Amino acid sequence: MNSIQQIFNQKENDLLSIFFTAGFPKLNDTTKVIAELSNSGVDFIEVGLPYSDPLADGPTIQHSSDVALKNGMNLDVVFQQLAAIKDSNSTPLVLMGYLNQMIKYGEDTFCQKVKDCGIDTVIIPDLPMVEYESHYQQLFDTYGISNVFLITPHTSEERIRKIDNLTNAFIYVVASASITGAKGEVSEEQINYFKRIQAMNLKSKLIVGFGISDNQTFTTACEYANGAIIGSAFIKQLDRNGIKGIDRFVNSIKRV
Amino acid sequence: MKLKFQPDNNGYYGQFGGAFIPELLYPNVKELEDNYIQIIASDSFQKEYKDLLKHYVGRPSPLYLAKRLSEKYGATIYLKREDLNHTGAHKVNNTIGQILIAKHLGKTKILAETGAGQHGVATATVCALMGLECIVFMGATDIKRQAPNVARMKMLGAKVVPATSGSKTLKDATNEAIRYWIQHPDTYYLIGSVVGPHPYPDMVARLQAVISEEMKVQLKEQTGNENPDTIIACVGGGSNAAGAFYHYLDDEEVELIAVEAAGLGVNSGESAATSQLGEVGVIHGSKTILMQDEYGQIVEPYSISAGLDYPGVGPLHAYLHETKRATFMNATDKEALDAAYELTKIEGIIPALETAHALAVLSKMDLQKNQVVVINLSGRGDKDLETYIKHLE
Repeated sequence: MNSIQQIFNQKENDLLSIFFTAGFPKLNDTTKVIAELSNSGVDFIEVGLPYSDPLADGPTIQHSSDVALKNGMNLDVVFQQLAAIKDSNSTPLVLMGYLNQMIKYGEDTFCQKVKDCGIDTVIIPDLPMVEYESHYQQLFDTYGISNVFLITPHTSEERIRKIDNLTNAFIYVVASASITGAKGEVSEEQINYFKRIQAMNLKSKLIVGFGISDNQTFTTACEYANGAIIGSAFIKQLDRNGIKGIDRFVNSIKRV
Repeated sequence: MKLKFQPDNNGYYGQFGGAFIPELLYPNVKELEDNYIQIIASDSFQKEYKDLLKHYVGRPSPLYLAKRLSEKYGATIYLKREDLNHTGAHKVNNTIGQILIAKHLGKTKILAETGAGQHGVATATVCALMGLECIVFMGATDIKRQAPNVARMKMLGAKVVPATSGSKTLKDATNEAIRYWIQHPDTYYLIGSVVGPHPYPDMVARLQAVISEEMKVQLKEQTGNENPDTIIACVGGGSNAAGAFYHYLDDEEVELIAVEAAGLGVNSGESAATSQLGEVGVIHGSKTILMQDEYGQIVEPYSISAGLDYPGVGPLHAYLHETKRATFMNATDKEALDAAYELTKIEGIIPALETAHALAVLSKMDLQKNQVVVINLSGRGDKDLETYIKHLE
């Protein structure tokens, strides 16, 4: 059983996950941000590997990637930072990055390092299901890594069922047809989409992401899913208030 | 066509190709993949496509025996005059085809990226022709250096959106276009080169294949043999080269030469010679050869030509390079400029800066008197006048 499944076993609903970019705002903030988030009671943390050309990210996360890369962040540094807190950190980490980073670093080396950091779940938004099945599933299985798949309002039921069978982490329910950081409230159309997914009675847990930014959108998402991920809104506040503002931010989001 | 250089069902040319797209784009790409071959093969498409190519674009484009250029280099050099197409480059062959495909799919809003602006102009043109909304992403740097094309796009009714991330050039315009597409899945993304997720590389190659199809007929008429000895074309993403090579890919006796932009020199750190500097990677939805650092961060390419400073090449070209079916050469900024001045002076043709790179390798080749060489003159140089004049002084 992977670390995310263990969390779901302890807590079914209202799971709060926070995304941030490794090496942002400063190179050595990665582990400090994780510690603060962990102390604030975040259920699991998504660590973004900064990338030069992040197709699925909006301007906020892209900016954080640019800053992190300028700070000197790279895969060697991030793996060192994460390995250093392997034993002290009790909040599960999920790594999010783009496929090219993994290919260039060496797929086996990448997976081995992920494992060495005590991480067992990854999100690679440009890794499509067909490539996963033909090549990466076997690779990830070798290293005990679970892959998170994204679904959108346009993903067919047949495809969702297939994804449900392929993953043993969770399904990332993209709240709308958008890149990360898209503004707005949860619309009726989105709620109908959440209800449709909820009614499918999938075995996987559902975590909503993209466009979740505050208590209201988080609470709404939790009515139809097991939890939600906040990214851009957190990065913005990290940019504004630094690490000391994390606890207050997390508490302002949590469902009461 | 034999199957050797056509992609398999998943869009792979050997190890290159595929469709590495976020789930958000899956339905769009799948819809296109399921329909493009059938649409292109249909009688109604072929009739409309051929009719527009003939009466709107002005095809067939001439195959011109460049006598003075031939004398100078001691070979028989033909220029395939894609610069004489409506809008001034080969790009329109593809946009005419894709706009018809978009219409077949019921799309009303068109999205494009552009480097030199030739593809943007060609897209804006066909959108005006069909009465469709058009949004073009262009790097902020390229907007400055290709001002005439920006003005043309605007006059044609397109909305030109500056890409301000990264190096503010073609790569970034493509990123922004893909991001826009993710947010607006109702739009049709009209990709301008043989890049992007499957089926784009194959679809664009099929639409540009009209170049080599005509070359065969014209060479047969003019030389008695439909095969030249050598075909030379410049490569950024690689659409004009794919079109010029297409019907010759399996005729292994025809030498194919792809010319990349070396910028200030292949090893100067300011270059776009992907085949020399790149390694296997994924960019803009396909696995190909890509300029990147040791951690897979994409390296910003450089070339004086806005159409060639792309950090990857299309997956077909990556495969041609790997299998050595094509020879990859390169030309520096200066060599390209010199070649452009030379062609202008001795043949009265001002080529696009992109094309000038293809012309520049003539002086590096060991040419024979009877060697029949076709250079794909992919576009005209009006848009580059400012650069040409600046360097002439």
